[in-house]
Amino acid sequence: MNIVVCIKQVPGTTEIKIDPDTNTLVREGIPGIINPFDCYALEEAVRLRERCGGKVTVISMGPPQAEEALREAISLGADEAILISDRAFAGSDTWATSYVLSRAIAKIANYDVIICGRQTLDGDTGQVGPELSEMLRVPFVAYVSEVEEIKDDYMRVQRMVEEGYETIEMSLPAVITVVKEINIPRLPSLRGSMKSKTANIPVWSAEDIGAEANKAGISGSPTRVVKIFFPRREHKSEIMQGNLEEQIDQLMKKLEEIV
Amino acid sequence: MDYFLTEQQTLIKGLARRIAEERILPVRAELDEKEEFPWAIVKDMADSDLFRIFIPEQYEGLGEGLFALCIATEELSRACCGVALTYATDALGTIPLLLYGTDEQKQKYLPIIASGTKLTAFGLTESGAGSDASAMKTTATLDGDDYILNGSKQFITNGGEAELYTIIAITDPSRGTRGASAFLVEKGMPGFTFGKKEQKMGIRASATSELVFHNCRVPRDNLVGREGLGFIVTMKTLDVSRSAVGALAVGLAQGALEAAVAYARERKQFGHPISSLQAIQHMLANMAMELEAARALVYAAARTFDSGAKDFTEEGAMAKVFATDMAMKVTTDAVQVFGGVGYMRDYPVEKMMRDAKINQIYEGTNQVLRNVIALELLKRKALRE
Repeated sequence: MNIVVCIKQVPGTTEIKIDPDTNTLVREGIPGIINPFDCYALEEAVRLRERCGGKVTVISMGPPQAEEALREAISLGADEAILISDRAFAGSDTWATSYVLSRAIAKIANYDVIICGRQTLDGDTGQVGPELSEMLRVPFVAYVSEVEEIKDDYMRVQRMVEEGYETIEMSLPAVITVVKEINIPRLPSLRGSMKSKTANIPVWSAEDIGAEANKAGISGSPTRVVKIFFPRREHKSEIMQGNLEEQIDQLMKKLEEIV
Repeated sequence: MDYFLTEQQTLIKGLARRIAEERILPVRAELDEKEEFPWAIVKDMADSDLFRIFIPEQYEGLGEGLFALCIATEELSRACCGVALTYATDALGTIPLLLYGTDEQKQKYLPIIASGTKLTAFGLTESGAGSDASAMKTTATLDGDDYILNGSKQFITNGGEAELYTIIAITDPSRGTRGASAFLVEKGMPGFTFGKKEQKMGIRASATSELVFHNCRVPRDNLVGREGLGFIVTMKTLDVSRSAVGALAVGLAQGALEAAVAYARERKQFGHPISSLQAIQHMLANMAMELEAARALVYAAARTFDSGAKDFTEEGAMAKVFATDMAMKVTTDAVQVFGGVGYMRDYPVEKMMRDAKINQIYEGTNQVLRNVIALELLKRKALRE
């Protein structure tokens, strides 16, 4: 079973700060961590390998420092890691990111399962997993909470939905995104940590994966972040006058105005 | 204090601390209350390769030695001495095999031990043979290709939970201490059963059980060292493991000191935090000094062993006695700093004080070990005359 895990390095803080001048996330001085949801994806991949053998390859599209996250992934049990990095990828939205990742995975070629976290901590969109499956033309299931069975080219998973669980069968290769209910990620191992220090992590450029320039980076991104801002909190109160029925009439009118 | 750890040792310390804080700390009170063996934590430690630290590289270990084992033990004990004891005892049960096992025996058992999937234990003590180990009654009689073991062992840490036991038994009653031998006994060998699990004052997350041998057949290949070497195996094993007991004590005391400092800053009386009172400050200062002295001694002893020292009795005994007496004192003082709430189960220091006591008793009482240290001193003096 060859498993590919897509991870992203995100700012390791719960207090996100936004630069009011540029409207972008302040990343300086904040240590990077593996996106927490991706840790569940990695753990599940390692468990699947322990269950049925094979190899876990972790990939990340990001700036050169994303290599740290890939090394950490090796200490957590990944066999190999590849950094997908090129100036041409800068400014990619989820669509362009999915395109780049799909090109890298196509280059890896020999894969059975691709696992992503359900969403990232910083972007929070949850779009990369499904987009990736579209571009690779393979089945996709989101919010997987258990891999019940996996063999050859077949997989049965449990997907968390609002009011319970669904059991879904699918053929492989396929893409899944996982929720945190799926496992408890292990801590790094000593052997893994030692291996991670010296592991060779290749860097693949746009050229290496055959990515077309107009499909990656800003030029390949149909969406634009126009502005990021904290919602302004407004407190306005109004006390209705009159008897109860009059107050209800006033309230109804107010609500109608808003809706 | 900077102990100049290598990169590898720093990694081990950091990982053991993460396990302690993320996996042990949240459940330590519950494990203590329910006297529950911490299998889930053992699994975490195994997954993180902690059981590989002390095993040589050719047997799938990391070959990092006793000092690194002590660092890991200390960090685990900082959160819970009972859980850390399970870990340290696995090393104790492995030392006879490391020191005296044949290559075949090592090939067979060490990789499994290194993986942490199976725990080990050491069986010496009997109801009538505590400090006087020569009074033991368990026998091993050769019969064809097997030894037949009869008797029982008392207060065996990891008893019932471990899969592999090093058992000391008498093979020749006429030869006194030279008539004992060591055996590797696997859980499940016919005639090997477990008696009652003890209910203890402290270290309640660890398992302490009686081992019962009734015509238990152990293959001759499982003899460790030669026949008659049992007491030597025991003494040399304990010489090594006592540094790890010292590390248990140092970690335990570290946890107690940190709790006491935090509480002293928080607790207000007479309008100020009690940390502003000199009486409290001097207690904390004494705790810190004695703790650091014990740590330095334990580290020095462990490093002496790792350097290849042949005779290691005095160093191991000193590290164990000094550190465990210190831990008893520091945990008692931590309860004193906490005052009334320190005596209550809602706060962690009463458990630490309960956990500390056993460290002065097992693996050689601190009284017997003072005899050992004095004997070494006197022997050296006599040799010079």
